[in-house]
Amino acid sequence: MSTKLVQKLDRVVIRFAGDSGDGMQLTGDRFTSQTALLGNDLSTLPNFPAEIRAPQGTLPGVSSFQLHFADHNVLTPGDAPDVLVAMNPAALKANLRDLPRGATIIVNTDEFTKRNLSKVGYAESPVDDGSLESYHVHPVALTSIAVEALASFTDLTRKEKERAKNMFALGLLSWLYTRPMDGTEAFLKAKFADKPVILEANLAALRAGFNYGETTEDFAVSYEVAPASMAAGTYRNVTGNVALSLGLVAAAHRAHLPLFLGSYPITPASDILHTLAGLKRYGVATMQAEDEIAGVGAALGASFGGALGVTTTSGPGLALKAETIGLAVSLELPLIVCDIQRGGPSTGLPTKTEQADLLQALFGRNGESPVAVVAPSTPADCFDIAVEAVRIATTYRTPVIVLSDGYLANGSEPWRLPRTAELPDISVEFATEPNATDDKGEPVFHPYLRDPETLARPWAIPGTPGLEHRVGGIEKADITGNISYDPDNHDHMTRLRQAKIDGIADTIAPLEVDDPAGDADVLVLGWGSTFGPISAAVRLARNAGARVAQAHLRHLNPFPANTGEVLRRYERVIVPEMNLGQLALLLRARYLVDIESHTSVRGLPFQAGELADVIATAVASLGDAHLKETAQ
Amino acid sequence: MTTDLPVDLGMPLSSPGATGTTGVPRLADGTALTKKDFTSDQEVRWCPGCGDYAILAAVQGFLPELGLKRENIVFVSGIGCSSRFPYYLDTYGMHSIHGRAPAIATGLAATREDLSVWVVTGDGDALSIGGNHLIHALRRNVNLKILLFNNEIYGLTKGQYSPTSHVGQVTKSTPLGSLDTPFNPVSLALGAEASFVARTMDSDRQHLTSVLRAAAEHRGSALVEIYQNCPIFNDGVFDVLKDRTEAAARILHLTDGEEVSAGDNVVVRDDSGSLAVVPRADADPARIMRHDASAQDPSAAFALSRLDSPDLGHVPMGVFRNVQRPTYDDALREQISSARTNEITDADIDALLAGRDTWTVGTPAGS
Repeated sequence: MSTKLVQKLDRVVIRFAGDSGDGMQLTGDRFTSQTALLGNDLSTLPNFPAEIRAPQGTLPGVSSFQLHFADHNVLTPGDAPDVLVAMNPAALKANLRDLPRGATIIVNTDEFTKRNLSKVGYAESPVDDGSLESYHVHPVALTSIAVEALASFTDLTRKEKERAKNMFALGLLSWLYTRPMDGTEAFLKAKFADKPVILEANLAALRAGFNYGETTEDFAVSYEVAPASMAAGTYRNVTGNVALSLGLVAAAHRAHLPLFLGSYPITPASDILHTLAGLKRYGVATMQAEDEIAGVGAALGASFGGALGVTTTSGPGLALKAETIGLAVSLELPLIVCDIQRGGPSTGLPTKTEQADLLQALFGRNGESPVAVVAPSTPADCFDIAVEAVRIATTYRTPVIVLSDGYLANGSEPWRLPRTAELPDISVEFATEPNATDDKGEPVFHPYLRDPETLARPWAIPGTPGLEHRVGGIEKADITGNISYDPDNHDHMTRLRQAKIDGIADTIAPLEVDDPAGDADVLVLGWGSTFGPISAAVRLARNAGARVAQAHLRHLNPFPANTGEVLRRYERVIVPEMNLGQLALLLRARYLVDIESHTSVRGLPFQAGELADVIATAVASLGDAHLKETAQ
Repeated sequence: MTTDLPVDLGMPLSSPGATGTTGVPRLADGTALTKKDFTSDQEVRWCPGCGDYAILAAVQGFLPELGLKRENIVFVSGIGCSSRFPYYLDTYGMHSIHGRAPAIATGLAATREDLSVWVVTGDGDALSIGGNHLIHALRRNVNLKILLFNNEIYGLTKGQYSPTSHVGQVTKSTPLGSLDTPFNPVSLALGAEASFVARTMDSDRQHLTSVLRAAAEHRGSALVEIYQNCPIFNDGVFDVLKDRTEAAARILHLTDGEEVSAGDNVVVRDDSGSLAVVPRADADPARIMRHDASAQDPSAAFALSRLDSPDLGHVPMGVFRNVQRPTYDDALREQISSARTNEITDADIDALLAGRDTWTVGTPAGS
């Protein structure tokens, strides 16, 4: 048993950083799972290059994984790491500027060779030259100790042993923060079931790391972070892409529709294809199409046949799918299009996050082509937004674009499991009978005769006798759906399609404002993945005495019906976005409200501290009356 | 009230003997549909004299022969003159967007085994803007019947050259003659691993119908190239094949088990494996080619497709290739049905959502 000191902490931010080939994402992922099972609240930020293996030891090759865990509600992956694990000089150099003075750095000294140091422009090792003296530095020869610990594995080459260094680091951090390792051991056993020697080596390295922490004098204190108090329930840790996949499956189940995914691989959306491809036992059909256009085309074909057609992509792919989405607008069939946004334009920053496809989603098609647009606000919310997207698509027979992003897609958080039976009932009714009579009194089917309430047209699927009909992208006559070039009809149909989408606002929840004292004059309004950073910033600002209200949009088209009324209630409205002000543009145009746009396109989520400053400045500009009584 | 899909994703993989319409509901015995049942109430709006009229009449006349329920037949098209086809057939139909019909039809066929799915396309739609979807539908061997109307010109956009126009062809967009080497649709389809490839002509109702019959029978992708006359922008391009005397000398009829010949000429194989058309009198009888559409090796079919020439000196007509191999849509359904044991319940979804690593806070609701 360890006789070392154990200190309690309320929160910790750890960043694992190394070369792309060092297994940092796996290490971070495992540490996260261990932390989730311990009951901490958490939020993660994987950050990796687009190259699979950038040149070894270079700055572009650095891959990192940041995890924020606490004994209380966590909203972001944390602005600045308390602990940096740097597996090589590049990892140290790339991440040092994010570290506050006093942070802990664990460096793998084995990699701090002259050659590796010079690759990133260090003339001398920063571990030795005193430049890190305002940090707590733990130099650990991670690689050689790991190799030493595997001395008995005579079948393994030195290179193979070196590969276990990430497990050694994980073991060390597990000791340092008192994380149980059973989950990781079980994970390794499953992963290396066919490779018993590799399995044993990884397990040995993991335990060696743990034991190293316990025995070495370099680490005098270990830490504990108590479980967070969370609402009663059963939880799991989930990334946005997995939550979105599960949401689609659950929604299809509730809608009693077979799920069909047509998709083309693209970062950071591909994990949805991978996840759903593994769910055939739930009746899920997936097709890796020849291109983005075929992916959405096949999904639309499946929808025409009465399945729930889904396609997944990122910004460049959404551009390619535009024409087919326009066809779906014209055909008025359900279609789910998930855009996991990344940095743009063009190929942009494939592995980095951004919110710059909002206007593309709303307007990126020829003609007046309205579609519903929704956006999840957290990784777990990707589940709920998927269910909501399916509800809208099937009720209104419309394409729905889901705007997630790289941050939500790869980031994770604890998710309180819903009960499938308690999800909304989104059963679909197909047309089975003629819905009109012709001038001779014979029953006929009019494919564009609308439901008076939703303005949705009937979904009459092939195989239904008596309802044979043709649909297409040419403008259709109202009600009959026959080809029509009539000017008045086109004007009428264009307005009808718009009115149908606008009408969705009748069935979505009003925009809720969080304003505890009800006396704020500044509103911070966000959409999508900025929810965490904005909420954390609002918390910081309020703690500093600012009166500030917060609201967050999950529906971007249409907006909740009360949006304009909410905006007009505040003297100043700040809209932070990871683009150059796309939501701000929409809100100004639609509601004639003077929005203050705060933007950042660095490929990374906002920092809470940065946004808190923006809020504080805005509140201060309105005078002292807008600060809370700070005497208490 | 909810209506479940009339589709069972759990259907077993069709047997090796399955035809193109296996799994599609048939009319009750003693009932039959007529050409009129497949004629929609829409006015046909092709130019007078367009070859599309003859193809439409042939298709409408042929469909009753399938004995299928009309509501289980779907025609999907892209953009172009030919792609207006679905509007004139009283089946389910979709007039989609340029080049995408094979992709859309793939999603439909993959999820609905109970449908007979047909794609109508043209040389611009299928071979230019939609080339990628065509070759991938063929390599996947989706159970689609693809009718490619080839008139070697863009009609709907009023007379630009197409990917099958011949080199030197003067059109609105090539006033000094086309520079592009054309595609041979049959060669292209064979190169894309098509399991069924045929060629026929708009004006030969009997031959066209026989090819449609063979295509419908085939389980998997069937590519049928139909020479079609555009009277406005490329009139008479296939006229030599419509003159009885000329046709007899030029058309190499492909009939299984029979010699490939046209008039006094026969097709012979030389030492290198290439094919040539020679006078019968000069041919070594041992080298005269006998057609075998079911040969697994596509080399002979490909060699036949290369006998074409821009002057239509010799044109093979008929079924070049007709082989059985697993279809994408059957295999996808098979993967699903073998992974799935029974009806998915709420509890199954609950278990899926929970995954492997869960933890409980407080007293979970309902426990």
